Amino acid sequence: MTNPSDKLRFATVWLAGCSGCHMSFLDLDEWLFELAEHVDVVFSPVASDIKDFPENVDVCLVEGAVANADNLELALQLRQRTRLVVSFGDCAVTGNVPALRNLWSEVDGGSRQSVLDRGYLELADTGAQHPHAPGIVPELLERVRPLHEVIPVDLYLPGCPPSAERIRAAIEPLLSGETPAMEGTAMLKFG
Amino acid sequence: MSVHTLTVDGVEVAVPDGASLLDAVRAAGAELPTLCHLDGLTPVGACRLCLVELEGSGKLQPACATAAGEGMAVLTQTPQLREWRRMAVELFFAEGNHVCAFCVANGNCELQDVAVTVGMDHSRFPYQYPNRRVDASHPQFAIDHHRCILCTRCVRVCDEIEGAHVWDVANRGAECSIIAGLDQPWGEVAACTSCGKCVDVCPTGAIFRKDDTTAEKEAHRERPQLLRAARDQHQWQNQ
Amino acid sequence: MASPTPLQLRCCAASGCRSAGSEALQAALLAARDQLGGAAEAVTIKPVGCLRLCGRGPLVALDRSGGDGQEPSAGSTELYAELTPEQAPALLAAATGLGDELAAQRLDPAHPFFALQKAVVLEGCGVVNPESIDDALAHGSYAQLKRVLLECTPEQVRDQVKRSGLRGRGGAGYPTGLKWDTVALQPPGPRTVVCNADEGDPGAFMDRSVLESDPHRLIEGMAIAAYAVGADQGYVYVRAEYPLAIERLRLALKQARAKGLLGAGIAGSSFNLRLEVRVGAGAYVCGEETALLASIQGQRGTPRPRPPFPAQVGLWGAPTLINNVETLASIPVILREGGDWYAAIGTEGSKGTKVFALSGAVANTGLVEVPMGTSLRTVVQTIGGGVPGADGPNGGVKAVQTGGPSGGCIPAHLLDTPVDYESLRDLGSMMGSGGLVVMGETTSMPEVARHFMRFSVNESCGKCVPCRAGTVQLAQMLDRFVERRASLADLERLEALCRMVGATSLCGLGQAAPNPVLSTLRYFRQEYQAACREPGQCEPPDACLLQEVTP
Repeated sequence: MTNPSDKLRFATVWLAGCSGCHMSFLDLDEWLFELAEHVDVVFSPVASDIKDFPENVDVCLVEGAVANADNLELALQLRQRTRLVVSFGDCAVTGNVPALRNLWSEVDGGSRQSVLDRGYLELADTGAQHPHAPGIVPELLERVRPLHEVIPVDLYLPGCPPSAERIRAAIEPLLSGETPAMEGTAMLKFG
Repeated sequence: MSVHTLTVDGVEVAVPDGASLLDAVRAAGAELPTLCHLDGLTPVGACRLCLVELEGSGKLQPACATAAGEGMAVLTQTPQLREWRRMAVELFFAEGNHVCAFCVANGNCELQDVAVTVGMDHSRFPYQYPNRRVDASHPQFAIDHHRCILCTRCVRVCDEIEGAHVWDVANRGAECSIIAGLDQPWGEVAACTSCGKCVDVCPTGAIFRKDDTTAEKEAHRERPQLLRAARDQHQWQNQ
Repeated sequence: MASPTPLQLRCCAASGCRSAGSEALQAALLAARDQLGGAAEAVTIKPVGCLRLCGRGPLVALDRSGGDGQEPSAGSTELYAELTPEQAPALLAAATGLGDELAAQRLDPAHPFFALQKAVVLEGCGVVNPESIDDALAHGSYAQLKRVLLECTPEQVRDQVKRSGLRGRGGAGYPTGLKWDTVALQPPGPRTVVCNADEGDPGAFMDRSVLESDPHRLIEGMAIAAYAVGADQGYVYVRAEYPLAIERLRLALKQARAKGLLGAGIAGSSFNLRLEVRVGAGAYVCGEETALLASIQGQRGTPRPRPPFPAQVGLWGAPTLINNVETLASIPVILREGGDWYAAIGTEGSKGTKVFALSGAVANTGLVEVPMGTSLRTVVQTIGGGVPGADGPNGGVKAVQTGGPSGGCIPAHLLDTPVDYESLRDLGSMMGSGGLVVMGETTSMPEVARHFMRFSVNESCGKCVPCRAGTVQLAQMLDRFVERRASLADLERLEALCRMVGATSLCGLGQAAPNPVLSTLRYFRQEYQAACREPGQCEPPDACLLQEVTP
């Protein structure tokens, strides 16, 4: 049995994304058991029930773009508490689909208003109204940003989603303190 | 036929007179990324990815649009060139709306490939999110300007090979866009023969067949070269 | 009683003074002369080109001797500034010795602004009537064309140009004689000569002044150039924003054709030349020679990679000589006085004179022609008079911008730099076409850099990606400095992208677009650093970021 203190404190975070990257992570199947030998999962939407991002995290995979006030707060917090931050998947790396509303930044009302109107008014079947729950529904930011525009990022792991093989090839070296070689189609291709 | 001898990254090659530096680079077995260049079309030297350094002068020249000359010493992979190439690719990604995930050309896109080639894992330049148009007025094809990198291959293939000159470039700077006819909906341009050559040569998913959905685009980027060769060599008896 | 000597009033009719009301003034002078009669009737009133001190127009020169056809002697000419039509009678009274009401508006011809100038290119500027070929002929126009057609071979003409050491006045400074040789020595076939009059740098109006003031000088220079390189057709490519220049040039061409100085068998020789005006459609990039040629050919005005150079493959695919207005306008004098005479002016590497358009925070705004090698201090402080109301060793000057959006800002402590191609290049600026914009102490350098970068963003043709997309990113980075929300990492990214855009852009516009940033970084780096927020400077640490990204 491994000494728990030797294990890396490992976290995954889900910001503005579809959770597909986390699904792909779960596609690692039995390798997840091997991973569990090396890490303590201290925060993750798919592997723990802890609500507050803990201190002293070694590696954190961050899925999703930064699209609302909660995303921003969590991103800033995890950066302060994490040694190595991985931009995990195309939404975190490029903004990807969640950032498409930025196309309407220049129109009247800006991108927030445009996306809310479209989603809650124009496309509503019944009961068209904007969501209103102050303090519960986080405010959208005017501009959706890739993670590295908000906090420094140590490693970029693109893909929509990155395949399980790519995720493993990126994480495995980290477990032994090495930097993965992010090169070639297998490791880098967007989409 | 006269021949020029030159070196590419120290490898000696001989190419016929009239060959480009890109031909010489390929003859030396080296590889250079390209986006605007396509064999069979007139080179324009616009994407700047095939810039090479001429040893001695330190001058950068686009390999596609520069004639190979006797005694040249060409460097294709200096650290500086690699860094600038990566920056150029980042600028391409940042100026348009290139979302590979749901693009018709995902998996068959030269921009996507070139990002891998230059090792671009993210863009250091903020994305611009231009609000551009999609023109689906043509019965078979569509053009999504968000994915256009202004390589002008469509302009050139339509002008030089098809002879229809449906496409051109309008406006300038970041406002540049490919236009059909006199900036009309593509479907209303009578000069278009619906030959599909622009679809074949488009490096990205900007011009595509309407039948195709995500990751289904097949491009035929070899065709201009085949057509030009057939024409130049009079392979068709009645032409 | 009539005045004992012929009297002449030369009224500036170039754009600067026209915008200050010179047309009304001239009409008022003519009316007042008719009304006054007597001595005033003997006063010749003549429209001329630029009288130099544009900032104080409308200007009128009064010649007490000389008159039409004779050069006024220096001591007998007075210059009046800021005249109104109502002052026309008073000016005529001054001319005829019947009053001196306008003494306050009389400029001192011994002032360095005038005294330190050396008129070579501008020798007819402000002297000849730009709309009269007879006046131009009386002042010697076309004499050199006729002479070389009779006496010289094309080789001999090129030899004089080579001896003169003249370098291209459009900005790059390529040796003119060498360029002429390159075109002339191409394999036999048609050739074209093109005059680049697409002057577009902000603050530059030298070429406009020549076109508006002395168009026949340019035509003569072009005709001599065409003869020297074997061309029989030529184009003057003028920007549409110069309507008066276009009008006068077209008129001059018509007059020259009518006099047999253009067309077939010029001046009885076997030399033929057809010259046309092509009007640009408002693109700065069309001042780049390959884009200019594309535009003349009716194509989109975008540059192409060189080589091949236009001297080899130019207009319609044939060898083409492209020279700037000032370059071509220097030719008649060089042939009249000889290449050696011209080469004796200026410095070792930069011969002759250079015309500058002096503007910005400077007392005396206008057109200045000085020998190459004159120091910036002389031009800006002595001739220009420094920043109005300021004093101190550098006359309140913070920097001088040369070369427009392709050039850079030279700081006041380097004002003793001689103006020549190499010195300015070594300082990270360039000669450019001749715009000199003086900046006072309160100017923010990141703002200056952003101003020029936005110019490049707007004027990029969009063909190559470093210029099309890179300038946009550079302008946005500069926003962060101007708005004082940059970081030291931004400073690094700014410099890296400047180097990339400079090294990899297709044409000179993109290659030079980062120069205003790089030169201000070189001399005013502290202003960029001061605009950076230090880590920990904000409280809480992310305050700036939060301000930027939150609603």
